[in-house]
Amino acid sequence: MIVELGHFALVLALCLSLVQAIVPMLGYRTGRTDLMGMAMPAASGQFVFLALAFAALGWAFLQNDFSVAYVAANSNTELPWYYRLAAIWGAHEGSLLLWVTMLAGWSLAVAAFSRSLPTDVAACVLAVMGMVSVGFLLFTLGTSNPFERLFPAAAEGRDLNPLLQDPGLIIHPPLLYMGYVGFAVAFAFAITALITGRVDSAWTRWTRPWTTAAWSFLTIGITLGSWWAYNELGWGGWWFWDPVENASFMPWLVGTALIHSLAVTEKRGIFQSWTVLLAISAFALSLLGTFLVRSGVLVSVHAFATDPARGIYILLFFAIVVGGSLLLYAARAPKLARGDTPVKALSREGLLLLNNLFLVVSAAAVLLGTLYPLVADALGLGRISVGPPYFNTVFVPLTVPLVILCGFGGAMAWKRTRWQVLRDRLWLPALAATVAGVGLSWVTLGTGGVVATAGCMVGFWAIATAMEELWYRRRTSWSRGVLGMTMAHAGVGVMVIGITLVTAFGLDRDASLAVGESKTMAGYRFTLEGTEEQSGPNYIAQVGHVAISDGDGNAIATVHPEKRRYPTRGNVMTESGVHSNLFRDLYVSLGEPLQQGGWSLRLFYRPFVLWVWLGGLLMMLGGILATTDPRYRRLRQRERQRADSHAVAAGA
Amino acid sequence: MRLSFVLPALVVVVLIGLLGYGLTRNPSELPSALLDQPAPAFSVARLEAPDQLITQEAFAGRVAVFNVWASWCVACRAEHALIEELAERGEVAVYGLNYKDDRTTAMQWLDRYGDPFVASAFDPRGQVGIDYGVAAVPETFIIDAEGIIRFKQVGPVDRETLEQTLLPLVARLKKEAA
Amino acid sequence: MKVLLSVFFLLLGGTAVAAPPALDEAQTHRYHQLIDQVRCLVCQNRTIAESDAPLAADLRDIIGRQIAAGRSNEEIKNYLVQRYGEWVLYKPRFSAATWILWLGPAALLLAALVSAILLWRRTGRRAEPPAPDEDSLARILDDERRS
Repeated sequence: MIVELGHFALVLALCLSLVQAIVPMLGYRTGRTDLMGMAMPAASGQFVFLALAFAALGWAFLQNDFSVAYVAANSNTELPWYYRLAAIWGAHEGSLLLWVTMLAGWSLAVAAFSRSLPTDVAACVLAVMGMVSVGFLLFTLGTSNPFERLFPAAAEGRDLNPLLQDPGLIIHPPLLYMGYVGFAVAFAFAITALITGRVDSAWTRWTRPWTTAAWSFLTIGITLGSWWAYNELGWGGWWFWDPVENASFMPWLVGTALIHSLAVTEKRGIFQSWTVLLAISAFALSLLGTFLVRSGVLVSVHAFATDPARGIYILLFFAIVVGGSLLLYAARAPKLARGDTPVKALSREGLLLLNNLFLVVSAAAVLLGTLYPLVADALGLGRISVGPPYFNTVFVPLTVPLVILCGFGGAMAWKRTRWQVLRDRLWLPALAATVAGVGLSWVTLGTGGVVATAGCMVGFWAIATAMEELWYRRRTSWSRGVLGMTMAHAGVGVMVIGITLVTAFGLDRDASLAVGESKTMAGYRFTLEGTEEQSGPNYIAQVGHVAISDGDGNAIATVHPEKRRYPTRGNVMTESGVHSNLFRDLYVSLGEPLQQGGWSLRLFYRPFVLWVWLGGLLMMLGGILATTDPRYRRLRQRERQRADSHAVAAGA
Repeated sequence: MRLSFVLPALVVVVLIGLLGYGLTRNPSELPSALLDQPAPAFSVARLEAPDQLITQEAFAGRVAVFNVWASWCVACRAEHALIEELAERGEVAVYGLNYKDDRTTAMQWLDRYGDPFVASAFDPRGQVGIDYGVAAVPETFIIDAEGIIRFKQVGPVDRETLEQTLLPLVARLKKEAA
Repeated sequence: MKVLLSVFFLLLGGTAVAAPPALDEAQTHRYHQLIDQVRCLVCQNRTIAESDAPLAADLRDIIGRQIAAGRSNEEIKNYLVQRYGEWVLYKPRFSAATWILWLGPAALLLAALVSAILLWRRTGRRAEPPAPDEDSLARILDDERRS
């Protein structure tokens, strides 16, 4: 019964999304404020019904209602309750429901904060979001209904994919989706700009916090995904350039470009059409990611079970949304460009132009690499693979200049900067970065290498310049915007150092050890002390006990890598044993039992790998700080007052 | 209308075309690199007779089927009846490649399920398998009278493949050779 | 199905365990470089360095032996491509089929930089009187205060 109610709520949500998509837009065309005012109640109602549908599905999971096909396929009575809840978004249908629910949540948030927006702008924005919602709700109800009943009901569920039974699953996908879906807000603002023909600094101030918020979610979502893959896949790697990873990385790159280009548009009133194009592209790439993950076009480690009908539907939807927007762009954008305000190379806008070019070219390179196997196949050039070695070769030269540029960000003033200013402000950070970079790669780790030293220097450059920026502004109060920017830039530096050192000095070894034997790697001694069988709630695990000691024989830790067998699906999963600190991870994963007794183990030494995710965390925190800058609230109030006095004047 | 404003739409049109094409393809299906290449040379012991060598010369001069199998492979058992049927029709000589197996177990397996093979090459280390680009057992090659690989089936042969692909191809190759 | 098959491999395939040939430091480096570039055939999307599949272990072993036997990287790649096709290489070789892939990003970057330079030149010619920016104002204020 509850399940049918959930299904019904989903249908009602579709009806309301249709209202939200059509009525306010009609109001805008005819100038009727009463119709425009329908946007907000429709958005609120849609969210309420989707939340109900979501809760109904959650209830079915908690109750182990195996008469629901989706529950039967992705849950099990032995699955702990928290994984049963997380299983809501553990496969295609439910994750799609999560997608639309979040979209409705963002719509609601826009509606709630829209009182400072002119009525017509708010109406347009919500109508565009309603259209996106219609598409996804039709998709859900038409091809991927999570409430479909199974007859006869299954006696027992087939269990959640064991790969997903990890705390990472509980938070990683929702955060990632918040980011993807959040770009729908920026997209809606961009389409509104094209419809109304207004891209002024008020428009950018409305758009900026939404974009930065979505970007922060995406940043932490990707970071957590990387951390999850590192701990869960047992290969000691944290980024694989898998198509699914690339699918989340491309919108991130373009979203980062968008944040910077919005700043230019706000402060200097230029790049309007470029900013609008970036906003459309960030969301288009989010949709493309959805398509790649769910259509089975590319082989990936973590793609959903695929179905050609779904692929065709998403492709059609993609064609309508993105194709339609870009046609609108082609027709309207030329009118947005206003004159040629000078852009000097040595100015903040000049710097941000370069930043945008590098980011967009990087995103294009990732897109090219991801889709090239398809291109080659379509052109009859044979089957080829494009993998990590390609992406690393192409991507690193594109990112290094970007990080160097980011160090100039704070010191560069709008309109024009003189060399002397840059020299006076940046010589000290440059020196500090050189000393710290050389110091870290040579002294701490004992060995050098040009690449590692250069990488560390570039990373420290980003950190040092961020700190200089705070020092320079010490007399004026630090706004949250400035704090956010410096924190995010320092995060980039921290990440670059982590990536450099883990790549340059990371080690891995295969070892076949009998109980009591040990193997030394990177000055650490790994001893297999024994293995035992343990049973978890829904699996049986072989747990290894591996003692790690340093060169002098002092014990550091004992880690417990596991090999779990989930009988319901018959899958075998590895859980790595990791001892982690700020400077290195010691990582052990269990291989196979050996015929002569003992186990094969894979040992990994991962220096500074934590910094990769710390950098991501800092970037996200920076994004949150910038989003919550009270500047936006004050501006909202001021615009509100202006709108009110406008209304009074009009009424008089 | 300036080109730079239309360009994004054009790029997306190309992208949609590409993705639409992608939907019609199965990315995990791979053509063999050895198609239309001479069958790689090998010289290993026969499974049934450890003291006798078998080489790719065994296929020479007639159309042959080369079936990669192993006693530990579940899918091989599934296709085995069809391989036997193929051999029984007498249209073509069927050879086996016993891949990464144990001789005793493999012989027992043949005893139990029947032995359709003229001879099986014994490849306990999988080296011949690697030379033939074997990724997943079972695989089935069809080699023409000139010793050229003309077809490769990855995964078990089913009734449809047997009737509609293997047998017609064998008939055509025999006609070519004649 | 593929996944299932590879699970069977995992459980039943068994690897031909043989002592790996001893490699010197440069050779070990090449070994790791190569196995990071070769795609596992039976897994969904991994390199043979990451894969537990027996076939991946065999290929690692073969690569190790060929390096020990003095074969060059190119010869080893040829060996693999001959058997499994270009698909097996994660770093596609530069060829008529892949030049777009390899030159595309560089060409795009070049085009982007050229357009940026054009923008700067176009606006540079129409010189406007330099507006005092925030920094110079701040410095003037600083100087005032100090004096």
